[in-house]
Amino acid sequence: MYIPHTDAERSEMLKTIGVEKLADLFRDVPEKVRFPDLRLPPAVSEMEVMRELQNISSANANLGEFPCFLGAGAYNHYIPATVDYVLSRGEFYTAYTPYQPEISQGTLQAMFEYQSMMCALTGMEVSNASHYDGATSLAEGIMMAVAVSRGERRKIVISPAVHPQYRQVVRTYTQGMELEITGDALRVQAGIPDIVKLLDANTAALVIQTPNFFGQMEDVTGAQSVADQVHAAGALLVVVADPISLAMFTPPGQYGADIACGEGQSLGIPLSYGGPYLGYFTSRKSLVRQMAGRIVGETADVDNARGYVLTLSTREQHIRREKATSNICTNQGLMALAAAVYLSTMGKCGLRAVAELCYHKSHYAAEQIAGLPGYAVDQNKPFFQEFVVKCPTSVARINKHLLQDHGIVGGYDLGQDYAHLKNHLLVAVTEMNTKDEIDEFVEGLREFALKPRKPANKVLPKKTVSKKTGAKKTARKSARKPARRAR
Amino acid sequence: MKAHEPLVYEISAPGRCGVEMPEPDVPLSPLPEELLRDDLPLPELAQVDVVRHYLRLSQLNYSVDTGFYPLGSCTMKYNPKVNEQAARLPGLALTHPLQDPETVQGNLAIMWSLQEFLKEISGFSGVSLQPAAGAQGEFTGILIIRAYHLSRGDARRTKILIPDSAHGTNPASTTMSGFTAATIKSDERGNVDLAALKAACDDTVAAIMITNPNTLGLFDEHIEDVINAVHDCGGLVYGDGANLNALLGVVRPADLGFDVMHFNLHKTFSTPHGGGGPGSGPVGVTEELAQFLPGPIVELDHTALEDEKLLLYNLVMPENSIGRIKSFWGNFGMIVRAYTYIRVHGPEGLRRVAEHAVLNANYLQARLKNTYPIPHADRICMHEFVAQGIVEGSDVRALDIAKRLIDLGYHPPTNYFPLIVHEALMIEPTETESQQTLDAFVDAMEKIAQEAKENPQLLKDAPHDAPRRRLDEVKAAKQLILCATFPQD
Repeated sequence: MYIPHTDAERSEMLKTIGVEKLADLFRDVPEKVRFPDLRLPPAVSEMEVMRELQNISSANANLGEFPCFLGAGAYNHYIPATVDYVLSRGEFYTAYTPYQPEISQGTLQAMFEYQSMMCALTGMEVSNASHYDGATSLAEGIMMAVAVSRGERRKIVISPAVHPQYRQVVRTYTQGMELEITGDALRVQAGIPDIVKLLDANTAALVIQTPNFFGQMEDVTGAQSVADQVHAAGALLVVVADPISLAMFTPPGQYGADIACGEGQSLGIPLSYGGPYLGYFTSRKSLVRQMAGRIVGETADVDNARGYVLTLSTREQHIRREKATSNICTNQGLMALAAAVYLSTMGKCGLRAVAELCYHKSHYAAEQIAGLPGYAVDQNKPFFQEFVVKCPTSVARINKHLLQDHGIVGGYDLGQDYAHLKNHLLVAVTEMNTKDEIDEFVEGLREFALKPRKPANKVLPKKTVSKKTGAKKTARKSARKPARRAR
Repeated sequence: MKAHEPLVYEISAPGRCGVEMPEPDVPLSPLPEELLRDDLPLPELAQVDVVRHYLRLSQLNYSVDTGFYPLGSCTMKYNPKVNEQAARLPGLALTHPLQDPETVQGNLAIMWSLQEFLKEISGFSGVSLQPAAGAQGEFTGILIIRAYHLSRGDARRTKILIPDSAHGTNPASTTMSGFTAATIKSDERGNVDLAALKAACDDTVAAIMITNPNTLGLFDEHIEDVINAVHDCGGLVYGDGANLNALLGVVRPADLGFDVMHFNLHKTFSTPHGGGGPGSGPVGVTEELAQFLPGPIVELDHTALEDEKLLLYNLVMPENSIGRIKSFWGNFGMIVRAYTYIRVHGPEGLRRVAEHAVLNANYLQARLKNTYPIPHADRICMHEFVAQGIVEGSDVRALDIAKRLIDLGYHPPTNYFPLIVHEALMIEPTETESQQTLDAFVDAMEKIAQEAKENPQLLKDAPHDAPRRRLDEVKAAKQLILCATFPQD
């Protein structure tokens, strides 16, 4: 497939090279292992592979058909049609890293605009052109903080309310670096004052997330601001923040963060089962030379026309090799473009409207759930679009019930990450959830609360809810089949 | 052609909005006023202006869809459109990574199948799809090697051997993992210098990182000796899979003795490069190392079919995993595209890919070797080769030739890499280009060589016919304008 050669062309080309047949091109490959038989399924046509994938995908419950209250680091937001329209342009998605700036101004200017809008959103001074995802962006931030201290400070204080997977990735990244990573063994209820107590002269960075993993806004100002305390210890303040929340809440740049980073998936990128996503990364300008990843800067060409290039490349692996802070090479270019188109389309008013919809809908949901007997909603701190519900029974049972009887994908089971949070459900509500969906979700919880002994052993949805469409019935029916083996 | 496209901020006007959001359908809750920001300096554009702006920007780009892109080491092959349709199927694109595995058996089936396909293509026993890009796959591989040595109580191995023809990411990944890099030179035929390698092999060697075919486009003639030398001193062999396109169905790296290798789904398996990502860099390892893979990875419960269990596929963390290397499970959208690519090729199709990638590179090498110096033109190359941007009787440089190619409608080859070739032009045509395209490229390269002698200034001032002429990179690094000034209101 996709090879244009005719037999005549092939023969002529082989003749030009001076060999008889294609196999002659591989004489350097040891003969005993040359040309193995690959036991792969035989080729199919494009038409057949689409049919196959259509069939395989019908074994999934997709969120076009199932209302979703699951977040925990990946969120179901509306994506305006402009985003995929632009992303589908071959000029963007089939180009590579803009090594030749004269013929890459499209990508370069779009990245410059992405950097500008991320600075606007976070209140920070500089942004790179992205990292792989929120978790790796935080890991890069931590390595950067250590580099800023010239490797002298070896301790990282990290809040237990930072996304558990981010904390795991940080540990994976730094396992060869002999760092001490501490703080996240504190009880979850630990507030900022408990965490800042761990600062000392060996601390390179203190990491908080706000809204945190539980959806709550951390108190970053307090009696003495967290930034002041971190800076007094000579460390950097690293803030992980959901970008949609920044449309309404005070951004990290305004309360003294040195690095603000996180997951940019909310900005126009489909959930796509976890990737590709977008690690956004911003900092104070004075730290830019320690920042990893591609950075686009403005300049001019020889005719003095404004243009854009990759800049500060002397920081990067291909120049510094073993002395580089990071090995990062490409970024998530197309995902950063998605964010740029998303932010341009939403603009100042649209993004604030999205944020407020998330806020109002999640608060409505929280209020309804708080009124259910047996349930309790943690409302100690203000929250944005996600909140914690203490349930009368296991989250697994509740979620199975929601899926089976209400066709709803429920929330996240916090007991998976926090031993003392068994029966605690993390609920995300975005602009995508209608009031009807929320009411149905609450009904699902209510039924369960009133009948906690009701067996919920059926795995997939059975009953069709009256207001659901026929298409939904088909999807659920097919979701009952085990996935077909692909080979 | 001097297209000037204003910045989004310059076409913004207060009060415009590109899309309208619905009114809230729930009662409003009071906002926490003390936590709110005063201003949000985002642009304000009408939808038509958003579309025109980004469409006009797209037209300032060169891409595979607009022309030949022989960028060495990047495998800029055609990106099949069916892959894009596949990844956008709602049943796949609209799934949340934390859904119960029972509700995403389709996704897990695709991931499991791709793990199996990659194992079969490479000969490895274990594969993790989690790494997000080649550089991350490489870093993952080195962490696996570290975990392996430590698990045997061997903490003396601190050194990683890296041939001088390696990608820049190799030494950087080494340092990130807590090792030190030691360079091994190449011999006069472009192979790893065996004597130098053997002299460096001792009980402090953790591994060698080797790209084969190497960045000169050459398959190492002593690859088995290289691998044996490292294994004999107790080290492991890491393969940089960036150049796997030459080897599909030709040889399985594990059969040669490699212990770990990363795949670049965006090179070998046609997932688009996206203007610099997203990539995807799965890692394959031997049976002994599978316990250290990052995860979770997908496992198939073979008993489930008979027992009619619903949970056929599940996510499992390898026993002694180095840990999670990114959020969730990997770049799933790229996994779907690579799966689609492998399914439409089958085993014979994949071998044809490698054969024609190598055919095209050798054809170009044969046709260009009388015009430009090619240090190893006496050898059959693999999927790419390195010429020198040197024209006898002219003082033009590789960069000038590269920029002149832009005027003639081509994306230039990789220049000044690998570092071991003076004035390098690294050319990788890929298998999806026809003889006509290659011939036209040769004509352009010959025309440029002629111009270099007759009118070298024409090359030094190139490009003349591009959205921008040469850009001042020193100025960019000096003035450091990294984001637009927001209009103050």
